[in-house]
Amino acid sequence: MALLEVEDLNVRFYTEDGVVKATNDLSYQIEAGERFGVVGESGAGKSVTSLALMRLIEEPGVVESGEIRFKGQNLLDLEYEEMRQIRGNEIAMIFQDAETALNPAYTVGEQISEAIRVHLGLNEEAAKERAIEKLESVGIPDAPQRYTDYPHQFSGGMQQRAVIAMALSCDPDLIIADEPTTALDVTIEAQILSLLEDICTETDTAIQLITHDLGVVAEFCERVMVMYAGHPVEMATVEDLYYNPQHPYTVGLMSSIPRIGDNRDRLQTIPGRMPDLIENPPGCNFHPRCPYAEEVCTRMEPPLVDVETGVELEEVASDQQTAACLEHTGDLQKGLDYTVTVREETSMEADGGVTDE
Amino acid sequence: MSDSEPLVRAEGLKKYYESETDFIDRLLGRRSWVKAVDGVSLEIQEGETLGLVGESGCGKSSVGRTLLQLQEATEGSVYYRGTDITELSSSELRDLRQDVQLIFQNPQSSLNPRLTISDIIGEALDIHDIVDDKQRRDKKIKELLDRVGLNASHANRYPHEFSGGQLQRIGIARALAVEPDFIVCDEPVSALDVSVQAQILNLLEDLQNEFGISYLFIAHDLSVVEHIADRIAVMYLGKIVEVGTPEELFSPPQHPYTEALLSAIPEPDPKWEPDRILLEGTVPSPIDPPSGCSFHTRCPRVIPPKDFAFEQTEWRSLLDLRLRIVDRELSLDKIAADSDSQGMDAALRDLFNIPQPLSDPQAEDILSEALSHLEEHDFEAAEEILSEAFVSPCSVHEPELQQIEHGRAACHLYDSRYDDGSIEPEVRP
Repeated sequence: MALLEVEDLNVRFYTEDGVVKATNDLSYQIEAGERFGVVGESGAGKSVTSLALMRLIEEPGVVESGEIRFKGQNLLDLEYEEMRQIRGNEIAMIFQDAETALNPAYTVGEQISEAIRVHLGLNEEAAKERAIEKLESVGIPDAPQRYTDYPHQFSGGMQQRAVIAMALSCDPDLIIADEPTTALDVTIEAQILSLLEDICTETDTAIQLITHDLGVVAEFCERVMVMYAGHPVEMATVEDLYYNPQHPYTVGLMSSIPRIGDNRDRLQTIPGRMPDLIENPPGCNFHPRCPYAEEVCTRMEPPLVDVETGVELEEVASDQQTAACLEHTGDLQKGLDYTVTVREETSMEADGGVTDE
Repeated sequence: MSDSEPLVRAEGLKKYYESETDFIDRLLGRRSWVKAVDGVSLEIQEGETLGLVGESGCGKSSVGRTLLQLQEATEGSVYYRGTDITELSSSELRDLRQDVQLIFQNPQSSLNPRLTISDIIGEALDIHDIVDDKQRRDKKIKELLDRVGLNASHANRYPHEFSGGQLQRIGIARALAVEPDFIVCDEPVSALDVSVQAQILNLLEDLQNEFGISYLFIAHDLSVVEHIADRIAVMYLGKIVEVGTPEELFSPPQHPYTEALLSAIPEPDPKWEPDRILLEGTVPSPIDPPSGCSFHTRCPRVIPPKDFAFEQTEWRSLLDLRLRIVDRELSLDKIAADSDSQGMDAALRDLFNIPQPLSDPQAEDILSEALSHLEEHDFEAAEEILSEAFVSPCSVHEPELQQIEHGRAACHLYDSRYDDGSIEPEVRP
């Protein structure tokens, strides 16, 4: 049994314009201590997925169907109070914007202590001590002094560290990090990522990292799910995904990143944009933007299948690669036509990269 | 570089903002200045793209805005085709806006939600009297929309009906309406998804090839800048620390800051093992930037002082300790409590990764004396001893941009005068 099992999750938002299908039959598992990445562009349903895990979907959104099993227990069946006990205690969340995640009217230390008092039932003094310990563990210099600082006295990177300290305060088993480094500069991003990596290894905490940055995923994650229009389109280990991508959307994403040291005059682009999720295109959602789309793609919705056998899997082993493209069920006539070139390491640049031929 | 006058040239550009002070401070005349731009000189040739990169708060957007005189420069001059535009009257400036334009980072907030697309673009045409009759105005707007890859029949829609990438195209069409020669692009793609980002970057390049526009391309993402720019300038705390073509900039020798920035970019390649240079701490406050080279407080290659045989990492750790003592940011009680009877000296060395003993015996004596003062919570004495004994040229002399093997960098590592860590006698404090 995996730590987290999401099965056929369907989240819907009932808006005036119509029903927004934010996630569609989404299934995935995260093992204990695993670093799992969720990638996709804005509107792919990444954040909705993480909010659903925490049961934080608000009106007009509802979890229409599906199960979210955490340690075997379906979170969707829990009472409000029971869920509160899990939130922050066993599953913690790190948000993109640390400044808005912290309450400006309380000191940083007090906000962390509060979580500790509520969840672990420690008294004021013990909670303070633990909070200082956690602030130190995320690399805040002079933590006893900074404990009484207000959020505005922290820099952006420090605020994110404080939010991480808060997430760690009750030793959770799963951390959901929603774009934790997007608002930060690269030098600070590098600090935060290496901090998260250390925490993961030391405490055997699983992390679900949501990001749009393929560089961050390559560096941090062990397994990745690529999402498009509320569907998972590809799921694989990072190595498989980067060196042997099996879905045209993954290929498109990777070839549109500018890389240092490549001398391409023009970047590859994915024409058009993500559908609005109210009226998803029929068949494969990606077909209007897919360079390899055929007539069959407009009719038939591709299942997420094992790329080698073309069979849908009940339970996906962590080293299996699955993709939702008709190529793998044998329904495409011309097939996919791209090659992956891995650049040789030179003094300055790194290798890896996908180019369409 | 050609000898002719560049299209845009800035000389010794400074932009200071008054920092928020309270009433009493103002009453007593205590004012402090945020030195957002602190002496920047740059030039942009016709048809050239100059990339400007740096972390948040380094002053890159302020450079863009002062170049266009959207903000008055505190000091320095900006020349556009040889004319100093800091001297222009406001009506002359308005005429200038036909030639220079700006594209903003956030298209949602830079387009008026109550105007249709055709009015947003038409406004620029009207203000500068570019077309007089209605029919030609409509035709021109349609042409512009077409040129940036939008459906011309959408001209009567409102901004909220478009996606982020499309809005950015509208922003570009608006800038193009007056047929400018120079556009400042302030983070034009950082709010966009990668696939859309690539579309916009390609569009900007096409427009440059077609109309010969020069860009100042401001961004925090080095790989984006490398892709689009002919030359790149790297900024740190209001100053340009290195400038050169992408090839020059990305091959050693480099400014240590450029090196660290480059190494921090996460590569989309799982097997890539980075030689990552982790910069400690955050960017210092631009109100009171560090003395000498403003990067010396974080620089991993800061030059060790003369007369001591330091290992590089040793010296860096020692300098970190000194900076923390100067800022009084050490909770000695807590350190003492955590030290499990190993003593303050050892606990502090532990905390800062300073070896016991230092490789240089003379330096070791000085350090242990300073540490013994800390044991008695005497910060002043410790600070005095360390500051007196260990003086690096990096903390004393301000580096200037100078030619290095390729490109130009502001760093003492490439200045033979400071090779041995000595400092010029006349400026010794």
